[in-house]
Amino acid sequence: MGGTSSKLPKDLLSEYQELTFLTKQEILLAHKIFSELQGRENGPYGSRVSMEKVLTLPELKSNPFRKRICHVFSTSDMKDGSLSFEDFLDLLSAFSDSATLEIKSHYAFRIFDFDDDGTLDGRDLEKLVNCLTGETDDTRLTAEEMRQLISNILEESDIDKDGTVNLSEFQHVISRSPDFVSSFKIVL
Amino acid sequence: MPRHKLIASESDVSIEVDEGKDNEFSLYYVEVEESSKKGKEKQTTRDGRRRRDKNGEVSRRRASERRTTEGGNKRAEKKHERRQKTARKEGEKHGKRQRRKNADEEEAEEESNKEKKNIKNERTKTLKLEDEKEKDVKKKRKKRVKNEEDDGSSGKTKQKDCHAMPMKEKEKKKKRKKPETTSESECKSESESESDSDSESKDNQAVGVLGSLTPEELEKLKEAVEERKKLIATLKGKPWPMKKKLVILRESQEFVEKYEGALGKGKGRKLYAYKVMMMKKWMKFQRDIENFKTACIPWEMKIKEIESHFGSSVASYFIFLRWMYGINMILFGLTFGLVMVPEALMGKPYGSLPRKTVPREEEASAMNFAVLWDFGGYARYSVLFYGYYNNQRAIGWLKFRMPLSYFLVGVGIVAYSYMVVIRTMARNANEEGGGDDTSFNFSWKTFTSWDYLIGNPETADNKFASITTSFKEAIVEEQESRKDDNIHLTRFLRVLANFLVLCCLAGSGYLIYFVVRRSQKFALAGLENYGWWERNEVNMVMSLLGMFCPMLFDVISTLENYHPRIALQWQLGRIFALFLGNLYTFIIALMDAIQLKRVEEDIVKKNMTIWQANLYNGTVPDNSTAPPVTVHPADVPRGPCWETMVGQEFVRLIISDTMTTYITLLIGDFLRAVLVRFLNNCWCWDLEYGFPSYSEFDVSGNVLGLIFNQGMIWMGAFYAPCLPALNLLRLHVSMYLQCWAVMCCNVPQERVFKASGSNNFYMAMLLVILFLSTLPAIYTIVSIPPSFDCGPFSGKNRMFDVIQETLETDFPPWFGKVFSYASNPGLVLPFLLLLVLAIYYLQSTSKTYKRVNMELKKKLQTQNEENKKKNKLAALKAANELEQAKKAGEQRSNSASDLGVNEESSNIDEAGEHRQAGQNGHFIHSSQTQHTQNSEPSVSSNHTTTRPPPSRGHTSSGHLPGVSTC
Repeated sequence: MGGTSSKLPKDLLSEYQELTFLTKQEILLAHKIFSELQGRENGPYGSRVSMEKVLTLPELKSNPFRKRICHVFSTSDMKDGSLSFEDFLDLLSAFSDSATLEIKSHYAFRIFDFDDDGTLDGRDLEKLVNCLTGETDDTRLTAEEMRQLISNILEESDIDKDGTVNLSEFQHVISRSPDFVSSFKIVL
Repeated sequence: MPRHKLIASESDVSIEVDEGKDNEFSLYYVEVEESSKKGKEKQTTRDGRRRRDKNGEVSRRRASERRTTEGGNKRAEKKHERRQKTARKEGEKHGKRQRRKNADEEEAEEESNKEKKNIKNERTKTLKLEDEKEKDVKKKRKKRVKNEEDDGSSGKTKQKDCHAMPMKEKEKKKKRKKPETTSESECKSESESESDSDSESKDNQAVGVLGSLTPEELEKLKEAVEERKKLIATLKGKPWPMKKKLVILRESQEFVEKYEGALGKGKGRKLYAYKVMMMKKWMKFQRDIENFKTACIPWEMKIKEIESHFGSSVASYFIFLRWMYGINMILFGLTFGLVMVPEALMGKPYGSLPRKTVPREEEASAMNFAVLWDFGGYARYSVLFYGYYNNQRAIGWLKFRMPLSYFLVGVGIVAYSYMVVIRTMARNANEEGGGDDTSFNFSWKTFTSWDYLIGNPETADNKFASITTSFKEAIVEEQESRKDDNIHLTRFLRVLANFLVLCCLAGSGYLIYFVVRRSQKFALAGLENYGWWERNEVNMVMSLLGMFCPMLFDVISTLENYHPRIALQWQLGRIFALFLGNLYTFIIALMDAIQLKRVEEDIVKKNMTIWQANLYNGTVPDNSTAPPVTVHPADVPRGPCWETMVGQEFVRLIISDTMTTYITLLIGDFLRAVLVRFLNNCWCWDLEYGFPSYSEFDVSGNVLGLIFNQGMIWMGAFYAPCLPALNLLRLHVSMYLQCWAVMCCNVPQERVFKASGSNNFYMAMLLVILFLSTLPAIYTIVSIPPSFDCGPFSGKNRMFDVIQETLETDFPPWFGKVFSYASNPGLVLPFLLLLVLAIYYLQSTSKTYKRVNMELKKKLQTQNEENKKKNKLAALKAANELEQAKKAGEQRSNSASDLGVNEESSNIDEAGEHRQAGQNGHFIHSSQTQHTQNSEPSVSSNHTTTRPPPSRGHTSSGHLPGVSTC
């Protein structure tokens, strides 16, 4: 890409500012980074960047939820986690400094909902904990510990006692956490 | 799908013609028509001109119809037919929009509650005969359902299909539909009003549709526009994909623009248009300002880089450093702009007064670097220190009140610092907002423990490990709350550790006291006879203590076996105590020095009179009128000027502290990193993972260092106006140096802590330090008389007398009188009492609020749980009932396929009722849905409420064959 074709139209830029929690500079920076990612693929404007490319970004590289993040924000019909520029902006907006707790918790829930069924059940929680403890065997929890942990989590946050954590229960829990907003951030 | 609907609408027409008298049916179809008309109008709102033309056409046609027809009933029928036609056309054109129409059906009913007026108007026109029955929409709906159940015609099933189709979409779109629909009803009413005004409408329509709006309709339109605007403003907070947001934004912007323009037609339109324009400009301006502000924040990129490598806790130190830098910038501005610059520009020049001249005996060494480095010599007799300032009341052509300015700046620095620290603390407390209850320990650990900022694999590994340990610890703690087999040993070790720490503290205190005393002895004997070490002993000892004691504490704290978080707090507390102890020992020693200086000063004063007498006696005896002898100011004997001495001490302390910090940084971090990196190849064990390894960035220690540094600034700034400037320099260099050091030679911490929890902790420490450092400053200002021959307050009894003097000479006499009355103890004491009472009252009320808040929280939780249980029971019951009802229905009708259809429809209908009830609140239709709709708890989700129907559908369809067989 590069050159004139990679420039954002002015009205589009102002619309993006209206629709995201990002400032003008951040949008421009995002666009630059995105066109760099795109540049390697030589696609036209508005084309998607595959998940593998997106995951090479240093900001996402060591995040255990990187694949989930891509899947959640991707609007691709193929469900391959590829991101268009607008998806990318959505991602950055949700993870930006000034995004509200509501939108952050909404996306956090979708990221943690590994099977996309709208609730966090035992399997989702298990996957989530495994993501948090890393891939290596020495940090992984034993089956017994995992069982205990999940039952504790459900005991705390599953208010209606149906064995799963749904979005509003999740948001209820998250909203009282002192450091969710400060840590649910990705900056370019 | 479009084909479907088309057929449905056609069949509707036929049915209507056939059974025009049947009220339920016709009523329902009127609704369908309305919605289809709405669909049309919605489309037309999108392109304004076409819409206007069409509307005009419609109204014209309608008007002509009216003229020709007489009976209301007949006219209504015709209208229907015509509308059907248009609807059909629409259907052909815009197949996709059919879905929306269905959604609109729902809307129309909601609307009928909300805006009964408009819709009813139309209805009464169309169906005058059955006027009484149609009042309740619910009734009609119910009947319709029954009708459908009884009668299995094809047209109806198709309609049901349409019902079932866009469930989710409807719900999603509901939000943005609302304003749209209200505006549509506006359009409708507007078109009707036009058709009412028979022939004139033909001429009027060219002028504009909105011209004939009544004020209240205008008001409604305005509301719709406002709602749109609100939507635009909140759009960014919606979790939708960007494409959808873009479409909605454009749509609603167009809408707003169009109707804003139209709204301007009426009264006061200019004002309105102006307001709108200004609003837009203002918004743009605000956005630009916001952009500019973020661009202006210094070191943002640096900090973000560190944040992404080391997580938020290390970054929090740098953010704190930046904040400190900002505060010092203000302090520097105050002292520099109001004290140093005026004195340098307008005050008497160097060498004009004894206090502004280097004494004769020091002149030889005044320019030596060693002396200047100690802030002696020329540095001492400059604007940098208190002693240089003259006590002349007003200086320069501006008549700048120098002493007053000096005093007020000193007070202002402290006042400003208090204000900023307390305001920041309050804001932090607000943000934290009751995150202290620990009822979600595990959930928080799981859901919020990952720091998404981490972009460094090494940090990520550390984070994984720390999360795992925290999980394991939590589980163990949960399993067995406390093991008390070793409690005695632990207790003993803890007591021992505290004892050791106390010994350390006492030892360091004594050492400092001893060193300060010794340095005074040196000073009395004359510093020139001693080497560098003796001269800088105090500062060096303090810095070394500050460096090594924390390490010692760290070793001692391993005895205690605390949880890391608690251990960190203990560690911080101990370092704090150490620093504080050192600082106060230093101050006490300084006080001693001040007393000594004052004794010296008295002697000098006496000598001075003798010297003066000698001077006059020797040269011009017995002649007082003769011009005074000119003695070079350097030769005049002078007092020790304790204020400058204090200022010098603080400046030296700051300098040596800064130096130690930088040197530790270079040796402890950089050199170590270099050695470890390059010696690793030829060493017998692995240096990188073994003993020395790379150093971690010590957030808490650094923050404490910063805080104490600031405390010294606050303490010394009154006697050395140059301190804020020095500190600014120091912080600036620190920023770059530490950023570089962190990035190049530190490894991420093993214990990764979250930043947000400790923010206010640091602030609280800062506040304590601020208070403790203002105490000695205030004490010296209030209780010790200033030196007689140096500084802006020389010749006064106390420093604050400058206020009194200003009041007497610069203000009208009545002001002084008022002030003296106001400062009367009889007034001040009650005022203080009032303040104390107010504080007590506010505190107790806030406590009460807190308690009430907690209770409410608890209540809410229990209520939620109760509700949930109830809802579940109700849902189960409802499912049972439904099944029974189905059985009964099945016995009535014989064909299984018919039953399937019925069951499905009732299910769908119920879902519809669900949603409606959720919005109307009080709308209770049947016993089946009664419980689930009542009092939707805030925590419960739409998920749980929508769960029962599918499950019911599932079970019933599963049962269906079995039921039919038996």
